[in-house]
Amino acid sequence: MKKVLLMGNPNVGKSAIFSRLTGVHVVAANYPGTTVEFVQGHMKLGDEKALIIDVPGIYGLETASKAEDIAVDLLKEGDVVINVLDATNLERNLHLTLHLLEQNIPMVVALNIWDDAQHKGIDIDVKRLEEILGVPVVPSVGLTGRGVKEIVSRLEDAANPVPVERTEEDRWLETGRIVSKVQTLRHRHATFLEKLADASVRPFTGMPIALLVLVAAFTIVRFLGEGLIGYILEPAFEFLWKPVLMHLSSLMNPDGLFHTVVIGKLIDGDVNFVQSFGLLSTALFVPIGMVLPYIIAFYFVLGFLEDLGYLPRLAVLMDSVMHRMGIHGWAIIPMLLGLGCNVPGIMATRILESRRERFITATLISIGVPCAALQAMIWGLLGKEGWFYVAIVYFSLFMSWVIIGRILNITLKDRSPELIMEMPPYRFPSLLSLAKKLWMRTCAFLKEAVPFVLVGVLVINILYFLNVFDALANFTAPLITRVFGLPKEAVVAISVGFLRKDVAVGMLGILGLTPKQLVVATTVLSMFFPCVATFAVMWKELGIADTFKSVLIMILSSVIVGGVLNLVL
Amino acid sequence: MEQICLTDMKNGQGGCVCVIPHGRGVRRRLMELGIRPGANLVKVSSTPGRGPVVVQVGRTQASMGFGISTKVFVEVG
Repeated sequence: MKKVLLMGNPNVGKSAIFSRLTGVHVVAANYPGTTVEFVQGHMKLGDEKALIIDVPGIYGLETASKAEDIAVDLLKEGDVVINVLDATNLERNLHLTLHLLEQNIPMVVALNIWDDAQHKGIDIDVKRLEEILGVPVVPSVGLTGRGVKEIVSRLEDAANPVPVERTEEDRWLETGRIVSKVQTLRHRHATFLEKLADASVRPFTGMPIALLVLVAAFTIVRFLGEGLIGYILEPAFEFLWKPVLMHLSSLMNPDGLFHTVVIGKLIDGDVNFVQSFGLLSTALFVPIGMVLPYIIAFYFVLGFLEDLGYLPRLAVLMDSVMHRMGIHGWAIIPMLLGLGCNVPGIMATRILESRRERFITATLISIGVPCAALQAMIWGLLGKEGWFYVAIVYFSLFMSWVIIGRILNITLKDRSPELIMEMPPYRFPSLLSLAKKLWMRTCAFLKEAVPFVLVGVLVINILYFLNVFDALANFTAPLITRVFGLPKEAVVAISVGFLRKDVAVGMLGILGLTPKQLVVATTVLSMFFPCVATFAVMWKELGIADTFKSVLIMILSSVIVGGVLNLVL
Repeated sequence: MEQICLTDMKNGQGGCVCVIPHGRGVRRRLMELGIRPGANLVKVSSTPGRGPVVVQVGRTQASMGFGISTKVFVEVG
């Protein structure tokens, strides 16, 4: 089977073209480094089926970063390259094109983001460029699919002229010469989006804008999340699903094991979706009725900010603060992703160059960045007692995040490298691609969460039935009761946190804790240990030794923070 | 003609890059973003507290840490 490689600089729209070619949707966003691992799919090429690979974005073939290593390895096996260029940024993009041409592999050039180039008054003589490069050149717009058919049809004429050897300096000189021959710039005034882009990095205007964005993001997430719960999901569970469960319940012995596992305990003769703790009651309600609405709301807002191109600007503004924790501003992106789910957050630490930064960022995500599922449950449980208590949890997590970051920066050897990055222009997000991205992330959540919660609740019920938890509770009682001031049964919830944190918070709900105890328990639960999915991805990204170091830091700091909260409150 | 480092430029001031730092990785990354000797750039902003500097080169914007910006020299005039 033919192997087609999609290659180009970071943030030129390779993933959008990949989706168009294969129908496989991948997450694309307006910042360099969205694709950290290569993704592959299939497409029809004439009558043949071909393998198409979305290669992570690179600037050159010097193998200095993980992404470049992957790209160079893939290049050895590829049959033909579709080199995707950002037409608004021809000079820098052509540098890689020349470098690729020297590799003696057939190639088609896609001049992507063509619509933006025209709006920006950039004219490119496509015919002329084709003559100079000696390979087909096709203008395209990945987001709308324009030009994608032509790219495919011209893959047959993919060519490679006799390769020339050039040095780095020669290559830059040559790109300069080509650009001066094919590109003309029309003068025009700065657009509103460009002015807004500049205003968002200048401190005087940028800080208020950042504050506004955060407040707006938070408000929209809560408004959407609560709206979905209050108007759609809660009524659906209450009026449609509950009668079904009650009917099922009437067919069974209410004290039998089967009833307990499937439907759970009846509270005052009724199914209670939060407290019954059966497979068809709580185990469905927690992921779908309580967490899913916030997942949708969060990823809607994050997706908008990603596609607009705001995140790199936030990174610049946060850089000097983050430096005190040994990471540069770029690390804000994994942290924000972690607010949705820690797993993609920790995977995104690959965009950071040094091991040291990756370790600090991953550890801080696991400790101080609660995922959306956990947050939704904290709001659901503690929000009823008053926003003040929720604020204490967030404040404790934030302070731990800052202090542990400081300590790690001081104690770890070396210094972290400084940031150098491209600031993508603001682009108004396309609604269609926002919706697709939201759909993908929501499905990923459901696929991940629902089976896990079901298995978790099943195991918990069986262990309860066998009285295994009593032994554990007695064993850990000194720590739980003396240090945290919690009833000894809370240890069950905290250990279930390893499976899924949302279920764990749900279990705290049955214990009848005071608001203060809930604050301590949810904070400890957030920090204590990563959930199993996060643990696995940490292991993969950091290796076993660093993962254990990181986990040790988590356990230590959660004991300290839990103890302090218990004393202070 | 006077050579000053990026840090000392005013926001909105333009000039022609003459020296960029020699560290291998840093030099290459800067060149990739179009910041190389002979290129014209305009400083867009700097962040207080030794924060990063944002510059405009052609139609792209790039940001770099404070330390690097002290080692990029620009001819202004």
